[in-house]
Amino acid sequence: MRTFIIKQLVQAIGVCLVISMISFFLLFLNTDPALLLLPPEAEVSDIAKFKKQMGLDRPVPVQYLDFLRKVVLHGDFGNSFMAKVPAAKLVRERLPATIELALAALILVNLVALPVGIVSAIRRYSLMDNVATFTALLGQAMPLYWFGIMLIIIFGVWLRWFPISGSDTWAHLVLPAVTLASWILPINMRMVRSGMLDVLNQDYIRTARAKGLTERKVLIKHAFKNAAIPVITITGMQVGALLGGAVVTETVFAWPGLGRLAVDSIRMGDYPVVQAIVVVFALFVVIGNLAADILAALIDPRIRLG
Amino acid sequence: MPEFAAPYSDTEEAAPTTLKRVLQKMWHLRMGVLGGFLILCLIFVALFCPYLAPHDPYKQDITKRLGKPAFMDGGKAEYPLGTDHLGRDLLTRILYGTRISLVVGLAAVILMLTVGVTLGLVAGYFGGKADAVISFLVNCMMGFPFILLAMSLVAVLGASLQNIIIALGCTGWPVFTRVIRIETMKLREREFILAAKSLAFSTRRILARHILPNLLPAIIVLATVEVARAIIRESLLSFLGLGIQPPTPSWGVMLAEGRDYMLLQWWLAAFPGMAIFLAALGINLLGDALRDLVDPYLRKT
Repeated sequence: MRTFIIKQLVQAIGVCLVISMISFFLLFLNTDPALLLLPPEAEVSDIAKFKKQMGLDRPVPVQYLDFLRKVVLHGDFGNSFMAKVPAAKLVRERLPATIELALAALILVNLVALPVGIVSAIRRYSLMDNVATFTALLGQAMPLYWFGIMLIIIFGVWLRWFPISGSDTWAHLVLPAVTLASWILPINMRMVRSGMLDVLNQDYIRTARAKGLTERKVLIKHAFKNAAIPVITITGMQVGALLGGAVVTETVFAWPGLGRLAVDSIRMGDYPVVQAIVVVFALFVVIGNLAADILAALIDPRIRLG
Repeated sequence: MPEFAAPYSDTEEAAPTTLKRVLQKMWHLRMGVLGGFLILCLIFVALFCPYLAPHDPYKQDITKRLGKPAFMDGGKAEYPLGTDHLGRDLLTRILYGTRISLVVGLAAVILMLTVGVTLGLVAGYFGGKADAVISFLVNCMMGFPFILLAMSLVAVLGASLQNIIIALGCTGWPVFTRVIRIETMKLREREFILAAKSLAFSTRRILARHILPNLLPAIIVLATVEVARAIIRESLLSFLGLGIQPPTPSWGVMLAEGRDYMLLQWWLAAFPGMAIFLAALGINLLGDALRDLVDPYLRKT
C-alpha cells in the first residue's frame, strides 16, 4: 500500500509541476509584463531598469524556477496587475464561494445519479432505465450556460421563486447548484449504471445468489460494496469538470467565486491571478484523482497490488 | 418508447432476450436516423443559408430593435423569431451561425484527431519510455481544466476563428490519445500483427496498413461525439467573450448578447441556445448509433 501511495504521489507532483510550467510560459507566449505594467510613455531606459528590478531580464528558465520557489515556499504568485494586491489573497477570498457551489452541486449530482444509476442497472431496459438514458442524452447536448439562463428566465423572472444573481442567502445557491449539477449529471449517471452492471455480471454475484441469499442481501452485501469503487473513481475524476463548469456557472449567475475571477483576469490579461487560479484548480484536480485512487485501492486490494 | 412500457424486472438475467435486443437495436437505430437527419439539416442550412435566410445577418435597423417573434402578440411575420438589440433578424443570424459552428467543430476535431491519434499510436505500439512520456502528458492535460487553458490560449493568441480552432484542438486531443493507446495495445498482441512482423514489414507499414484500419471505427465514433463537444465549447468561449467576436453571427455570441435582455426579451437567449442543443443532440444521437453498430462493447464507456 505504501509503495502504491508513493507512486501515485510522485505522479501527482509531476503533473502539478508541468501544469505550473505551462501556466508560467503562457505569460511569455506574447505578452511582455513590463509593457503591460508601465505607462505607455515610459522610456526605453526606464523599461530596462524596471525589468532588472523585477528580475525580468533573466533567462526564462531561471525566472520559472524563481516563480516555482516563491509559489511552493510562500504561496506567493506575485501581485495582481489590476488590483495591486497579492494574487494569492484574491484567490483565497474567492475560493470559499466556489467550494460551496461545487459541493452543493456534487451532493445534488450524487443524490440523483446514485439511486437512478443503480436502479437503471438492476432493472436494465425498464421504462425508468430508458427514460434515464434518454434524459442523459439530452443533458449531454445541453450547453450548461444556456440551461442556467433558461432556469433564470423560468424560475427567476417568470415564477419569481429564486433570486437570479448574487450569493447572499441559501436561495441564491439553488439555481447555480442545479445548473452546475446538470453539467456532470449525465456522465455520472451513465458511469454509475455501467459500474453497477459490471459488478452484477461478476461470478461472485452468481455465487451469492446460488448460496440462496435474498436479492436484497446480494445487492447490499456484495454488489454495492464493489460498485462503490467506480463511483468513487468517477467522483474523483469529475473534480476538473466540476471546476470547469463552475467557471461558466459563476459567470451566468454573478456568483463571486474563483471562476468569475478567472474569466475577468484572463480578459484583462492579469496573468499572476490567472496563474494562481490555474495552479489552485490543478491542485484540486490532482488531489481529487489522488484521493479517489487511494480510496479505491483501500477498498480493493486488486488495484494496489495489480 | 412505447415498446418498453413493460418494466423489465428480471435481475437474474443481465443479457436481454433476443426480441428485446432487436427492439433495442431498432430504437437506437431510429435515434441514429433522427440524429443523421438533424445533421443533414445542419449541413444543408450551412451551405444554403444565403438563400434560406429572409434577411442580411449584419443589417441593423435600430427602429426595429427587440421585435417580438411572429407567434407572440405584436410580432411581425417578416421577423419569424423577432429581432435583436440592433434590429437584426434573429432567425437569419441563427441560420448563419451553423456555418461557424460546423467549421469550428470539424476543423478542431481534425486537429485533435491528428495529434491525438498519432500520439496514441506511438504510445500504444511502442510502449516503454514513449508510452510513459505520452501517458504522463495526457495526465497533465487532464489535470488542466479545459476551459481555463482554452481561454488563456485564446487570450494570448488573440480571438480569431483560426486561434479558437487551435485552442480547442490543443485542449481536446488527450481523449483520442487515451482511447487509441489502449486499443493499439490490444491490437499489438494479435496474431495478424505478429504475422506482419515476422514477414519483416516495416513498422510504418504495420501501423498504417494493419493497425490504423482496425482503429477506424473507434476513431469515427469518437470523432463524431467530439464534434458536438467542440461546437458546445466554441459557443462557450464565444459566450464568455473569448471566442468568436461580435458582430459575427456565432450562437455563443448571440447567447451572450441575448443574456443582457433575458429579463424581458427571453427569446433572444432561448433560440440560439436551442440551435446549439439541437446540433449537439443530432451529432450525439448519430454517434451513439454508430457506436452500437461498430462495437457494442464500447457502449459501456
